[in-house]
Amino acid sequence: MKRELTCIVCPVGCSLIADLENGKVVSVSGNSCQRGRDYAQTECVAPMRSVTTTMRCCGGEILPVKTDRPIPKNQVMDCMKIINQRVAHLPIAVGDVIIENVFGANIVATKNMGGLGNE
Amino acid sequence: MTDLVIIGGGPAGMSAALAAYDRGVRDILILERDDSLGGILKQCIHNGFGLHTFHEELTGPEYAWKYEKQIHEKQIAYKLNTMVLDITPDKVITATNETEGIFTIQAKAIILAMGCRERPRGALHIPGTRPSGIYSAGTAQRFVNLEGYMPGKDVVILGSGDIGLIMARRMTLEGAKVHAVCELMPYSGGLARNIEQCLNDFDIPLKLSHTVVEIHGKKRLEGVTIAEVDPKGEPIETTKEYIPCDTLLLSVGLIPENELTKQAGIQIDPVTGGARVNQDRQTSVPGIFACGNVLHVHDLVDFVSKEAEIAGIAAAAYLNGVPETKTEISIKTDGKIRYTVPEVITEKKDITVYFRVSGVYRNATVCVTSGKNVLLTKKKQKVSPGEMESVIIKKEMLEQIDELMFQLEVQS
Ligand SMILES: Cc1cc2nc3c(=O)[nH]c(=O)nc-3n(C[C@H](O)[C@H](O)[C@H](O)COP(=O)(O)OP(=O)(O)OC[C@H]3O[C@@H](n4cnc5c(N)ncnc54)[C@H](O)[C@@H]3O)c2cc1C
Repeated sequence: MKRELTCIVCPVGCSLIADLENGKVVSVSGNSCQRGRDYAQTECVAPMRSVTTTMRCCGGEILPVKTDRPIPKNQVMDCMKIINQRVAHLPIAVGDVIIENVFGANIVATKNMGGLGNE
Repeated sequence: MTDLVIIGGGPAGMSAALAAYDRGVRDILILERDDSLGGILKQCIHNGFGLHTFHEELTGPEYAWKYEKQIHEKQIAYKLNTMVLDITPDKVITATNETEGIFTIQAKAIILAMGCRERPRGALHIPGTRPSGIYSAGTAQRFVNLEGYMPGKDVVILGSGDIGLIMARRMTLEGAKVHAVCELMPYSGGLARNIEQCLNDFDIPLKLSHTVVEIHGKKRLEGVTIAEVDPKGEPIETTKEYIPCDTLLLSVGLIPENELTKQAGIQIDPVTGGARVNQDRQTSVPGIFACGNVLHVHDLVDFVSKEAEIAGIAAAAYLNGVPETKTEISIKTDGKIRYTVPEVITEKKDITVYFRVSGVYRNATVCVTSGKNVLLTKKKQKVSPGEMESVIIKKEMLEQIDELMFQLEVQS
C-alpha cells in the first residue's frame, strides 16, 4: 500500500510517498533529507505532534508554552485540557519546566515573565 | 547627533543593530513604539522559527529572545513606547513618548525596520452589514496569544496565508470550531506543512477558488455566504452556501508599513510597496537603509534577520565613510517574476538576488539576461507566490552591463 504525505518537519514541505507492507513502512520517496524519512516512518505508524499554546499565570498574565518534544497526535486535545487547568507561578524564564511529564513531554515556558528580560 | 538610529525593534531592527555593533558602531539607538522588543514574533507562539539560523525549531518568542538577550549584553540603547512620527531626507527623526513628549534626533544613518501590517477588510469590498466579530487574523492572534481571550466560537477564515492557517489550528486547540478556510485563488499562499498540520490534522476543510460573498448579522456576525468563483474570480451563483458563524478572520495579505519612508522622500517600488534598494539595502536616500517586512513581505523570519544583517553591515560601512561606487545596474522583471530585492546594483560583487513569482508554475526556468546574453539559468520543479526564491549573481557577470533582466520561462 502507498500513502501520500506532506512532510511537516521544515518549511520546504516535501511531498512524500511511503510504501507500507503489513503496517510497516518499507520505503520512503520524495524526501530530501533523513528527517523526512523519519517523519514518514512515525507518521504512518504512530503520528506525533508538538503543541504550542498559552497558559494563565497567577496574576492573570498569559505565558506562551510548548511541549519540549512531540507527543502522540491523538493526545493533543487532552494535553491542551491539562495545560488550561493549571496556573503558572512567576517569575519564569525561557526554558523553565512548568508541568512535568504530560504524555511523555515537559511543558516549558517560551518567554521570560515576571523577572528580568522580555516582558 | 546619533550615529545610527533604527526604527522598529522587531527581528529586523534587532538583527540590524547587532550587525552594526559587530562592525564597530557603538552609538546606536533603537526606537520601538510597543512596550517591549520583539515585534510581531511576540504573538507568534507556534514553532517553526530559526530552522535556517539556529538549526532548531523555535517559537516566535524564543527566536526574539535570542536577539534581545544580545541587545542587553551589548548594552545597545533602545527606547520603548516611542513612536516615530516623521523622518526628513536629511535624517532628522521626530518621535514621541510619554516621558519626553515630542522630540527630534539628528541621525547620521537610519535603518528602517517598521515591519508590515495586515490588509484590512475595507480593502476587500465584501458586501453586507458591518457587525462585530470580523478580525484580521493577526489581530485575533494578538487577542488569543497575548491578551488571553477568544474572539469567538464558530469561525470562518478567508484567505489561506500562513497566519490564517496558524490561527485555524490555534482557535481549534482553544475549543472553537473552524468551519472552513476559503481561498480565492486555486492554490494556497500558505506553506504545505501548515495546510497539513493546521488544517488536515483537525479536518478543517480548505475551499480553494472560494470567497465570502456576503456578511450577515446586525450587531454580531451571524453567518457568511460563501461561493465558488470562476476563473475570472466571479462568484458562481449556484454554488452559494450559508455558514452560520460568529467570527470571520481575514488573512488576506500584508502591506509594508511605509508612511515614514514616503515622508523621507524615499523612492518606493510600486510592486513591493517598500523602498527601492540596492544590494546593501540602501534606499534612494544615501545613509537610509531598509530591511525586513518594511522592505518586502517575508514568510520566514530567518530571511528577515539575514537581510537586516546586510543593512546593519552597510550602515556601519556608510558611517566609516567607505567610498561610494558609481555603477548603476537596474534589475527588470518580466511580470511572471513579480519583483526582485535588490532592485538596483551599485557595486560589482557577488550578490544574492531574492525574488517572488506571480503564479504557480511547474518546470520553470529562471533566466537572467543582459541584452542578448544569457548570464544564468536555474531550473525549478515548481515555483509559487508563497515562496521567496533566490539566485546568486557573480561579480564577473556584472562587468560591462547596465541592466539585468529576470525572466521565468515556462513550458506549456
Ligand atoms: C500577524 C503576523 C503573523 C506572522 N506570523 C509569522 C509566522 O508564523 N512565521 C514567520 O516566519 N513569520 C511570520 N510573520 C512574518 C513576520 O512578520 C516576520 O517573520 C518578521 O517578524 C518580520 O520582522 P520585522 O522586524 O521586519 O517586523 P515586525 O516584527 O513587524 O517588527 C516591526 C517593529 O517596528 C515597530 N514599529 C513600526 N512602526 C513604528 C514607528 N513608527 N515607530 C516605532 N516603532 C515602530 C513595531 O511596533 C514592531 O515592533 C508574521 C507576520 C504578521 C504580521
